[in-house]
Amino acid sequence: MADPYAIRAVRLTRYFGSRAVVRDLDFVVPRGSIVGLLGLNGAGKTTTIRMLMGFLDPTRGRSELLGRNSRELTPEDRSRIGHTVEGHFLYPWMRVRDCERFARETHRHWDGALFEQAVRRFGIDTAAKVSWLSRGQRAGVSIASTLAAEPELLILDDPALGLDPVSRRALNETIIEFCESGERTVLLSSHLLDDVERVADRVAVMVDGRVLVDATLDDFRSRVAAWSLELPHDPSLHHMIPGLVHSRPVGSRWHVTVADPDAETTASIERLGAASVERLEVSFEDAVLAYLSRSRVGHSFYRGEAS
Amino acid sequence: MQIRVIPGSNAAIYRQIADQIRRAVVSGQLAVGDPLPSVRQLAKELVVNPNTVAKAYAELVRDGVLETQAGRGAFIAKRRDVFTKTERLRRLDAALDTVISEALTLGFDRDETLERLRLKLDRLDVAKP
Repeated sequence: MADPYAIRAVRLTRYFGSRAVVRDLDFVVPRGSIVGLLGLNGAGKTTTIRMLMGFLDPTRGRSELLGRNSRELTPEDRSRIGHTVEGHFLYPWMRVRDCERFARETHRHWDGALFEQAVRRFGIDTAAKVSWLSRGQRAGVSIASTLAAEPELLILDDPALGLDPVSRRALNETIIEFCESGERTVLLSSHLLDDVERVADRVAVMVDGRVLVDATLDDFRSRVAAWSLELPHDPSLHHMIPGLVHSRPVGSRWHVTVADPDAETTASIERLGAASVERLEVSFEDAVLAYLSRSRVGHSFYRGEAS
Repeated sequence: MQIRVIPGSNAAIYRQIADQIRRAVVSGQLAVGDPLPSVRQLAKELVVNPNTVAKAYAELVRDGVLETQAGRGAFIAKRRDVFTKTERLRRLDAALDTVISEALTLGFDRDETLERLRLKLDRLDVAKP
């Protein structure tokens, strides 16, 4: 395979009026990987996905899916790409097996057994009407219809939104099984950090229309560091700590979280003169929250008199 | 043996898997030559990314806990010392430091702590003299 990337975005930018929703996005998804796309609401994830899919033209820059320009995807190209939208729209008056027939008609390839298997995992009766189904089951039908077309690349826009724990489990299992061969690629936008930690091998974190992180899970985790310091007052009040995300009081100590720490960070921590300094373990969730909350630092309440 | 993973904890998922296998070997739950499920199989079972399982296995192979045989999968390896004496001592000290500080915090004295440690060791066949 010539192109090692299933998705490639080069300086992808989109303005709505004078507001840049996606800014100079450089980002790749290697073939065979499962990438979690994280970000707060409004960070530009859905706009990015719509541009990747060729549903929305970028103001600047370009993107490729499976080596094809997003703006020139042919029906043949599209048959190799699966995409689910937020909310999983289905016609409420259809029965599940009608949904399958409907989807089968519009796809070149169809694996009926895969559809059955996925639907069963979500506990869905194929004779049921869509309007009777729970939100999780509707997600199941929508994902089953997307997977049965056997796409090489799967783009899921917040598929887990509002799902119950059983459906979430079914969704995770379905994704892992779908990628079993190691040849299929998934881009998964989500707010559920535990699920992303489970299924993804890479993460991309979007903040204010930019990709701040594009790394493997472990590399990402190692980019955030935290210390517990014994100090009488907030260290961020009078000292400059490079890469500071936040500092908060915990008992008689202060917990300081830093993104992309370097030698200077360590030096500045030492300069604080704390009675004791302890390095803390950082969980995946800590790391994500660190980046996401940093996005709010510049705008408002964190700088200066941090609480 | 049953492996469980908990996302959202301080230990990365690959570390949780590796640690549980290590523990199972030490406690005798897994014996030399016992096969482990394949990477894909375990990934499916635990509902985690296969690369995460592969990373745990790779670490265990590197540390001499597992060995892989081409086409046959991974097995518990015969114990051999992959670390130098100094490194082994360093690791043991690090682990003991945690135990000691916890024991003292909980108000156990030296003899009580030692007795407890002996009891635990006695329960494991492997560590008997």
